Amino acid sequence: MEDPRIKIIKKPKSILNEFPRKGGSASTATHYCPGCGHGIFHKLIGEAIDELNIQDRIVMTSPVGCAVFAYYYFDCGHVQVAHGRAPAVGTGISRAEDNAIVILYQGDGDLASIGLNEKIQAANRGEKMAVFFINNTVYGMTGGQMAPTTLVGEVTVTCQEGRDPRFTGYPLHMSELLNNLKAPVFIERASLSDPSHIRKAKRAVKKALKIQKEGKGYAFVELLSPCPTNLRQDAEGAEKFLNEQMEVEFPLTNFRDRSSEAEPLYRGASDFSKELLDNIFEVNTQSEMEPLDDPDFKTKVIKIAGFGGQGVLSMGLIIARAACKARNHVSWYPSYGPEQRGGTSNCTVVISGEIIGSPAIDNPDILVALNKTSLEEFIPRVKNGGTILYDLEIGNFNCQKNIRTIAVPATKIAKKHGVVKAANTVMLGVLMVISKEISQKFFIEAIKQSFAKKPKLIPINLDILEAGSKWAYKNLEI
Amino acid sequence: MATQLIKGNTAIIIGAMYARCDCYFGYPITPATEILHEASKYFPMTGRKFVQAESEEAAINMVYGASATGHRVMTASSGPGISLKQEGISFLAGAELPCVIVDIMWAGPGLGNIGPEQADYTQLVKGGGHGNYRNIVLAPNSVQEMCDFTIKAFELADKYRNPVIVLADGVLGQMVEPLQFPENISKHSINTSWAVCGNKETKNNLVASIFLDFDQLEDFNFRLQHKYETIKENEVEFEEYSMEDAEIILVAYGISSRIARSAVEKTRKHGIKVGLFRPKTLFPFPEKALKKIAEKRQCTFISVEMSNGQMIEDIILAIGCSRPVKLINRMGGNLVDVEDITKKIIEIAEGK
Repeated sequence: MEDPRIKIIKKPKSILNEFPRKGGSASTATHYCPGCGHGIFHKLIGEAIDELNIQDRIVMTSPVGCAVFAYYYFDCGHVQVAHGRAPAVGTGISRAEDNAIVILYQGDGDLASIGLNEKIQAANRGEKMAVFFINNTVYGMTGGQMAPTTLVGEVTVTCQEGRDPRFTGYPLHMSELLNNLKAPVFIERASLSDPSHIRKAKRAVKKALKIQKEGKGYAFVELLSPCPTNLRQDAEGAEKFLNEQMEVEFPLTNFRDRSSEAEPLYRGASDFSKELLDNIFEVNTQSEMEPLDDPDFKTKVIKIAGFGGQGVLSMGLIIARAACKARNHVSWYPSYGPEQRGGTSNCTVVISGEIIGSPAIDNPDILVALNKTSLEEFIPRVKNGGTILYDLEIGNFNCQKNIRTIAVPATKIAKKHGVVKAANTVMLGVLMVISKEISQKFFIEAIKQSFAKKPKLIPINLDILEAGSKWAYKNLEI
Repeated sequence: MATQLIKGNTAIIIGAMYARCDCYFGYPITPATEILHEASKYFPMTGRKFVQAESEEAAINMVYGASATGHRVMTASSGPGISLKQEGISFLAGAELPCVIVDIMWAGPGLGNIGPEQADYTQLVKGGGHGNYRNIVLAPNSVQEMCDFTIKAFELADKYRNPVIVLADGVLGQMVEPLQFPENISKHSINTSWAVCGNKETKNNLVASIFLDFDQLEDFNFRLQHKYETIKENEVEFEEYSMEDAEIILVAYGISSRIARSAVEKTRKHGIKVGLFRPKTLFPFPEKALKKIAEKRQCTFISVEMSNGQMIEDIILAIGCSRPVKLINRMGGNLVDVEDITKKIIEIAEGK
């Protein structure tokens, strides 16, 4: 029987008995300097993990900094991360493994300097992670440089006269900064200066991990921590520095605890079934048969050009769709980028009986020009013996080559149907008639498919297509 | 087979989803943005995980985190975004984490413009971040391959525990072609021998790339080099077109290879013995195949690139300077022109 009056304080189960990953002869000694806060804090985390019985679920990230070797000591899953990137890595872990309890262990350079963006963004997304921030006002591992949290007047190797705010600004208050955000569930600043502070720190650590156990969201605990080596202090001096100087700059308080009202966040399982994907992509309802080789089919290149908003790209896509339905090889390539926004727009459709080489051929067999600028730009590139369809409203232009030019009253016909924007569909009707390679029924089907999400527009567009084709039969030698 | 007209960037996401990719992390950048758009739409529809990251660095580090749990994961970007991701790619290679990274190249250096270029060859095929590592690099040249190579990329990433790059350009990302849908969902299970999943089974695993001991790190580096040698032995892929009797050999990948193919078709009509050699894998580069060709016949190589000539160095190395290697290239967002290639071929054929 255990004597209830006797409490045996033992090493936490979640901290290893020996540290084989560390190597070397002293297999039970840590790599931390005497008097360093990390050792104390490791113990607090270990105790909290044991008490909450969450050891198996822990994934701890070891940062760049003195705690880079946290994985020597904790008996749990570990991912070692790049400097400052722990919040992003933790996000990836947490999103992929909903049940994992993610611990970020970061120092001031890592968290408040090189990784500040990631830190704020992950907190703002309310990622499920417990963040333990060791603030000792100095870069430890790299040898005592100024940190974002270095106090004004404090001497480090990179501010040897003491931190001067005129040149280096002021200490960054991370807890206060994150407390401006809506998403975090828990934010507290504690200290590791002496036993009474350490007991309070323990409660904050346990709370942060309990929030993770319950899947409730983001918890942040900042810990004022001694670094006697780099700050050239003895044990007493370190304790005094924390209690009398750091605490003045970084007041100890709970900034926020919404753990009782926060709801657990579960992200659900992924569905990898083929049925679902086939459904989403309408594989069985909206697909055609694969293209067939046809050595007799003469490759045709069509260029469509006009202002953005004239339906240049969509007209090209309808042609491509018709060709796809006819089981031709086909490619569609648009001009993209700034050109799309307000300026001119063009696309190239290549239809072929064999595998298509370049999809971006500059010399079209057919040019469809919906404005004068585009017409003038592309005339010189139309193949000898090719065809130009242009809107009658563009007026006269010079064309030296052996090229068939067809002035289509596209805008006029479209207006007559009450849809001034549908000049492209009139052109499509004419193109359908003069390019006999693809059966007209495929154009009709392609239009239906293209407007599938706006079915009201199908009849009027089919009417306009018809009007274009009638005009062509009436006015052109076919 | 079920075929639909699909945009290159969309085909990447279709491939990824049929390859069981579980997580997508990315940042907006033209001309790769549709990949992000499609992921944001389709991943949540299947309960898969999507995060629009705060930066390219964050995106690649989210990839690192999710990959460490053994799930299939990807990101995509373009030139400058890839430059930013290099730190993370080095860490992924160092921790031997599988993932797929898509680069829809734009024109550089610096801000350059969003036109298509192939100038990320060196930074991805040769390394790019710090350390002695290689990415596996696949180079699709059609919408179909944007999908198929993405699926293959996931398989290779798992097989070798290595980052795999799908290297494409603005044209391939933006163009639309018929895509035959994948007929199966890839098989994948979490490898609990190394993954860290936050459960009892994987509690003792550690994902890391740190070796304090110089000799240990050297051993690890030699082991990595050995892995790359195995990849070179097993995974080279290339395509030959009209190569049987070719004396002028165009070497091109990605969109340049499509343009080069047109030039071959055209100049063959003039009776010139010209062919196209297309690497489908850039690392491993098909150096043995090229060497064999150079040994067997009198020929001239022409590297067709949309860069300052980054792949040409690998061709010269492969054939040990045994044959002349010329360069036809454009930069700045311009496509190589079929006419320019044709002219060059005719010049060489006429012995000029």
